[in-house]
Amino acid sequence: MSFIPHTDIEVKQMLKTIGVSSIDDLFVDIKEDLKPKSFNLPEGKSEFEVIENLKKLSSKNATHLINFLGAGFYDHYIPAAVDALSSRSEFYTAYTPYQPECSQGWLQAIYEYQTAISELTGLDVSNASLYDGGTALYEACMMAIRITGRNKIVMDSGVNMTYRTILYTYTSNLNIEFVETSVVHGQSSREEIYKYLDDKTAAVILQNPNFFGAVDDHSDVVKKAHSFGALVIESVYPIALGILKTPGEIGCDIATGEGQSLGLPLSFGGPYLGFMATKKEYVRKMPGRIVGQTQDKDGRIGYVLTLQAREQHIRREKATSNICSNEALCALRAVIYLSLLGKDGLRDVAQLNYQKAEFTKNVFDDIPGVEVKRSSPTFNEFTVLLPRNADQVVSKMAAKGYALGFPLGRFYPGMDNYILVAVTEKRTKEEIVKFKESLEAVLCD
Amino acid sequence: MRLIFEKGAFGRRGFKIPKKDVPIDAKFPQKYKRVKEPDLPQVSELDVVRHYTNLSRMNFSVDTNFYPLGSCTMKYNPKFTEKIAALPGFTDVHPLLPQLGGGGILTQGSLEVIYKTEEFLSEITGMSGFTMQPLAGAHGELTGAMIIASFHKFNGNRRKYIIVPDSSHGTNPASAAIAGYEVIVIPTDENGCMDIDKFKEKLTQDVAGVMLTCPNTLGLFNSSIKEIADLAHSVGALMYYDGANLNAIIGKSRPGDIGFDIVHLNLHKTFSTPHGGGGPGSGPVGVNEELLKFLPIPRIAKRVDGTFALDYSYKDSIGYIAPFYGNFSVILKAYAYMVYLGKSGLIDVAEKAVLNANYCRVLLKKYFEVPYGRICMHEFVLSASKQKENGVSALDIAKYLIDNGVHPPTIYFPLSVVEAMMIEPTETESKKTLDNFVELMIEAAKLAQDSPSTLHDAPKNMPVGRLDETKAARDLNLRWHSKKE
Repeated sequence: MSFIPHTDIEVKQMLKTIGVSSIDDLFVDIKEDLKPKSFNLPEGKSEFEVIENLKKLSSKNATHLINFLGAGFYDHYIPAAVDALSSRSEFYTAYTPYQPECSQGWLQAIYEYQTAISELTGLDVSNASLYDGGTALYEACMMAIRITGRNKIVMDSGVNMTYRTILYTYTSNLNIEFVETSVVHGQSSREEIYKYLDDKTAAVILQNPNFFGAVDDHSDVVKKAHSFGALVIESVYPIALGILKTPGEIGCDIATGEGQSLGLPLSFGGPYLGFMATKKEYVRKMPGRIVGQTQDKDGRIGYVLTLQAREQHIRREKATSNICSNEALCALRAVIYLSLLGKDGLRDVAQLNYQKAEFTKNVFDDIPGVEVKRSSPTFNEFTVLLPRNADQVVSKMAAKGYALGFPLGRFYPGMDNYILVAVTEKRTKEEIVKFKESLEAVLCD
Repeated sequence: MRLIFEKGAFGRRGFKIPKKDVPIDAKFPQKYKRVKEPDLPQVSELDVVRHYTNLSRMNFSVDTNFYPLGSCTMKYNPKFTEKIAALPGFTDVHPLLPQLGGGGILTQGSLEVIYKTEEFLSEITGMSGFTMQPLAGAHGELTGAMIIASFHKFNGNRRKYIIVPDSSHGTNPASAAIAGYEVIVIPTDENGCMDIDKFKEKLTQDVAGVMLTCPNTLGLFNSSIKEIADLAHSVGALMYYDGANLNAIIGKSRPGDIGFDIVHLNLHKTFSTPHGGGGPGSGPVGVNEELLKFLPIPRIAKRVDGTFALDYSYKDSIGYIAPFYGNFSVILKAYAYMVYLGKSGLIDVAEKAVLNANYCRVLLKKYFEVPYGRICMHEFVLSASKQKENGVSALDIAKYLIDNGVHPPTIYFPLSVVEAMMIEPTETESKKTLDNFVELMIEAAKLAQDSPSTLHDAPKNMPVGRLDETKAARDLNLRWHSKKE
């Protein structure tokens, strides 16, 4: 049984209708020399057995750790209604809404998602979502190159290293010049960005808060970049946008980011949600699906996929992107999450993240030999200098039941003793205090 | 229906957040604060639940409707895989854990799932190894095209062209172009397959790769596939298999055995993970022995002691193509599906998928033009060219099906067939469902003859009639604005 409903009698009837005598007759085009040389798979198992087997495997993951690890991917609380609604199979067993009349539910939900992302980022329009924050940043980079007709990118090294690496992989076969600029006192080095900005620059790529957790106001960078005709792309953390100055407010041209924190589980890296918003004038250069509102002939409001002439199924090799899907179900979770939290809730969650991180900084000040870096304000994540190699401290803390944070030496040479610590609204005062005591004990060892 | 943004009331909340339990009153610095608050909904939990529950009911889905959307393999998605994917032992794992010092040991369960999925897929396709990183089919294609580029660069010359047939999915040429290649398109011959003479004409030392779907988008298995592969290999080009249609041939043929060097699969098609309204998908890529070293990093390795680890030691790798290890929960569902079905179950999938398609094809061929009338694989293409003479298009027929509770086939694709309707019933549909569908299609054909205007007016039973797409693209309205703005 493979979810196949056919009875033997039905199979016989169907073969007779087709006019063949056996199933094998349907595979005549697969000649002898095209048949498998091997197909050595185990026989099937019952539902019960498969579930038990995978429960056992899941228990080999250390999910008991109290999480202070972030680095772009955060342990936020997910309201139960997010799971309940996104589990409606009328949503999750549908496909891309090519046929609008029987997909109005999906199309309206995406239109609402686009509205929420536009509001969050302070920009005019959003697409229907992309794979993840990293590929969204790459798509934004290509979009800026298309808009400006230039091919130089100035990128802040405060942008998540994983994202920078993805950008380099994707553009390795294209003629694009990248320059990376430093982070000074926690923030983007204006001096270096301005040094490299010129009339060949397509875009400056920034992140806010940056990888070290520091917040910034990039308005000055935007002004300078625009004076050279370059665009500015900011990769942002959506929960922070509950209180943080938006890409729109500082004049950014494109905002992207990872939407995982908007109601998606960490789930070992995916599925996640790439979001992208931009100014009105660039919408026709934006990749990905876009939903628009329109009317039927009786004047009833409805929603359709629009601006499809940019896309691969029409434009093929001349398309704005090869992307043929969005992360619709993840986008649905995000808009449900944002609706539940609402205007006030999102701000309050952001405030709570900020307060708890600030509290944790103060608590850490009491640990001898530990120095919290305070050269610039942060949101819910900050950098700490430990008296010894951070990677070793991380593994000792894991044994005590904590995911301490991200050892910065992994990405930044010379930062072997630095750790990046994230504190979300889920961490209680008690957890934070015990966490500090455990760290103290580990460092005394 | 009104938007969620229009349903609230000032100050209403849908979610209680924890009280601040830390004794601190830090002020987020004014300089970095947003000035305008986001205009998000102000609604109760019930407002949200009722709104999205009602929206969900305004969709056709596999769980509610027959959905024979060609090339998308809209088969039934079993429920037990959802249950597995929701286990906290899988959902609550931070992806950076295995990258920390000694952290691999903290995620052995997830690493094992990925490793074993790779093993399954390698055996199913006859490839030497897989990466599970690509996040969708088109992402897999791009990964494959980049591997093609790396392979040729490694051998000294990147080459210039990638060949695709005119029946290919639009993503194939788009992915090749993004990897930096120029695209050569080969027409389809009278048997519905890539014209081999035209192919030979274009095949030179400058061709880096040939991207094919097999069976192709007309639902036909190309018996000359080996000859094509040999020709491609004779000029040093690589053969790329677009796995969109693997459902037809699981256990019947393996891309690796018939000359393909690289394959991508769509777990959301063949391996029954839900399509999610357009994503998330998963597009793993498999390669032959020679190309293993180019796969994205990190790869998942099994150590001699039986534990699993991330392996970054491939210096010729194309690099990172995704932030982590792929769409993990999608991979997990596909793995559970394969373990459940096992060898015989998977072969049964291909057999019944092909049986269902041929059954519908034979019953419909009297009523519609069938451009390539031989035995098909898991899907077939009809043309509404006869109906078009009466002013009825494939679109009209599609809208008529919607009115009668059936999701339409893929229409106007492949581009090489006029008024195309591409039908893929999948193996999970019963004879009874197929009979009803056939009856409905015959009814449409009759109406096209007797009463074309009935079809032009469809759909009538939906929340909206046919929508003005020109207006949508001209007077762009891509978001809601509050009245006060």
